[in-house]
Amino acid sequence: MLEIHHLSLSVSIEGRRVEAVSSVSLQLEAGRVLGLVGESGCGKSLTAQAILRLGEHQGVEKSGGDILLDGSSLFGVDDELLRRIRGGRISMVFQEPMTALNPVFSIGSQITEVIRLHLDMDKQQANARAIQLLRDVGMQDAEQILKQYPDSLSGGMRQRVLIAMAMAADPDYIIADEPTTALDVSVQKRIITLLLNLQKKRNLGLLLVTHDFGLVAEMCDDVVVMYAGQVVEAGKVADIFDYPAHPYTRALMGCRPEISTAGESLTVISGQVPSPGYWPQGCHFAERCSLARHDCMEKPVTAACWQQGEHIARCLHVDEHVDELGRDSPA
Amino acid sequence: MSVLVVKNVSKTFTAGGMFRAIGKNKRAVDHVSFCLDAGETLAIVGESGSGKSTTARLAMRLLQADSGCIEWNGIDITALGGKTLRQRRNHIQMVFQDPFASLNPRMKIWETVAEGLRVHRSDMSKKQRRNLVAETLHLCGLDAAGMDRYPHQFSGGQRQRIGIARALIVEPAVLVLDEPVSALDVSVQAQILNLLKELQEAKGLAYLFISHDLSVVSHIANRIAVMFDGRIVEQGSAAEVFEHPHHPYTRALLDARPILHPSQRQIRKSGDNHGDKTGEGIAATGCAYQLRCPYASTDCATFDGQLNSLGFACLHPLPETK
Ligand SMILES: Nc1ncnc2c1ncn2[C@@H]1O[C@H](COP(=O)(O)OP(=O)(O)OP(=O)(O)O)[C@@H](O)[C@H]1O
Ligand SMILES: Nc1ncnc2c1ncn2[C@@H]1O[C@H](COP(=O)(O)OP(=O)(O)OP(=O)(O)O)[C@@H](O)[C@H]1O
Ligand code: SF4
Ligand SMILES: [Mg+2]
Ligand SMILES: [Mg+2]
Repeated sequence: MLEIHHLSLSVSIEGRRVEAVSSVSLQLEAGRVLGLVGESGCGKSLTAQAILRLGEHQGVEKSGGDILLDGSSLFGVDDELLRRIRGGRISMVFQEPMTALNPVFSIGSQITEVIRLHLDMDKQQANARAIQLLRDVGMQDAEQILKQYPDSLSGGMRQRVLIAMAMAADPDYIIADEPTTALDVSVQKRIITLLLNLQKKRNLGLLLVTHDFGLVAEMCDDVVVMYAGQVVEAGKVADIFDYPAHPYTRALMGCRPEISTAGESLTVISGQVPSPGYWPQGCHFAERCSLARHDCMEKPVTAACWQQGEHIARCLHVDEHVDELGRDSPA
Repeated sequence: MSVLVVKNVSKTFTAGGMFRAIGKNKRAVDHVSFCLDAGETLAIVGESGSGKSTTARLAMRLLQADSGCIEWNGIDITALGGKTLRQRRNHIQMVFQDPFASLNPRMKIWETVAEGLRVHRSDMSKKQRRNLVAETLHLCGLDAAGMDRYPHQFSGGQRQRIGIARALIVEPAVLVLDEPVSALDVSVQAQILNLLKELQEAKGLAYLFISHDLSVVSHIANRIAVMFDGRIVEQGSAAEVFEHPHHPYTRALLDARPILHPSQRQIRKSGDNHGDKTGEGIAATGCAYQLRCPYASTDCATFDGQLNSLGFACLHPLPETK
């Protein structure tokens, strides 16, 4: 199990340290897909990257909380162990496949390097494994692909290569940060199908960072919604879609053009996500919230101030809007 | 009268630059025809590399077609050049996908928005130009108080509004929108789509709207042209294309739309790889889609790919019922 406990992260903006992720908690179990959703700038990538401690070089610091892999802290481990965990137990797939691949090395040398870093294999064995991995991600002419360079592959093929690399050492968890955002719809669908098939076959825990509720509906078992550095809602996927409790989740779902009637105006959320350093002291969403009242602005709203089983929401006024939030909601 | 007519236009990029390595010529746009009336939106959809942006650049005469002709307001501008073309350019303006890359970071907002006035309204004084910029920014939902600031001080959605204001200031009849909301969050995307709708109604603008996102297209388009490998493979009213697609590729695009609710999942249930049998191939002869098409037969290998009178290019169209 991979657990994030009350994680807070600070970043440096104009020489000042400010909190960018505030007491975020989530659990990722083997065999499950967890969606981390929210608008741009809400802290999704910072949270996801913290799992492999990737932000540390860009001035991201942990200011509180912990991340546990099977019960032991990832912040306690030395560099050698961290290197083994990265790719060995937990792998990452990024949005822009081109930046994650090195243009001057062949696909083959990049995959075999990852394999040999984690598995005790000679060159020939690593090569055979690379071919198998590429076949697993749907590239039938694997031998040919190994000799090619990233430049000569389409975006969808590069993303497959990255997924193959992420699978190289049979990790237990994959963190995919917007893995299909840069691809067009038809390729998107294939990559999603591929990720889900691999996830099921190998009983992976998959953390999917996305701002696309369609993708969440398609892939996820559990959902965590972030807004301005905080978790504002979390629960099982069916509960979130049937009964989006937080006004932010509701608003975000309501903006989707696919649920609108052609010809009519789309619902919008006015304003924008406040940047780190500019969060209000009360509810972070208050200035954009149509339900906001006086008490929302007064003091911080607690994480599970509304709760129904495993479904939680950081909002003071969910219950007062039960009728409005009923099962006739967005979907 | 149509504000824009594109007739049988083709464009081949010769090997060189990015294609030198494989030494092939790329026919990016192949006998494409469509027209656009005032006040309507024609969407061009299709996968990456299908020729959408090239088609747009040909229609705008930013690129010279190898053959075919282009009319703006009924006037053939295919062969125009130099000053005559420049003076007519206010007829058709463009909004780009990436609001970050398309604004000059060293120019103040008002200077960027006013750029087109230099050619088209050289009679205006600076004060008049600033007033017109303020008015246009306001029309696009921006506070004119920010016009002396620089692009980095604006959010993605605000920058896209600036891009729209820059295009509108010369009072075009046609806006070409190349993936105008693809880089934006859904919440901001909704604001921009609403703005585009309002502007269209207020000014009778015609939109050539390029996108690979069919949910966005279904919201904004009156008509749709589906491109595959440089050709239009299906064209029709939005309702017709969405409800009764004929071409299997149109069907595949529709099937790839995101679902609304987890209860609609098919991927997991069937675990199938629909449309994924041969990866991402394009056939060199015959119907370009045959390698991916579940209905392909031997006659597809010699099919000339012409659009028929019903508006699709396929030998084995899908039955009328969905
Ligand atoms: N290294 C850094 N230094 C300073 N600020 C940062 C750093 N990384 C991220 N931020 C800021 O922290 C906030 C959260 O960033 P993050 O990248 O986690 O957002 P996100 O939710 O992933 O958004 P997107 O959907 O755009 O990827 C943003 O305001 C961002 O500008
Ligand atoms: N200046 C150029 N020189 C050579 N080839 C080009 C040039 N511009 C485009 N192409 C090629 O022409 C084809 C069509 O490209 P185009 O940019 O029109 O596609 P698109 O449908 O807009 O794709 P996307 O969705 O990725 O923007 C592609 O194969 C592309 O690589
Ligand atoms: S706490 Fe108040 S402001 Fe915040 S989401 Fe709930 S109703 Fe809106
Ligand atoms: Mg991110
Ligand atoms: Mg394009």
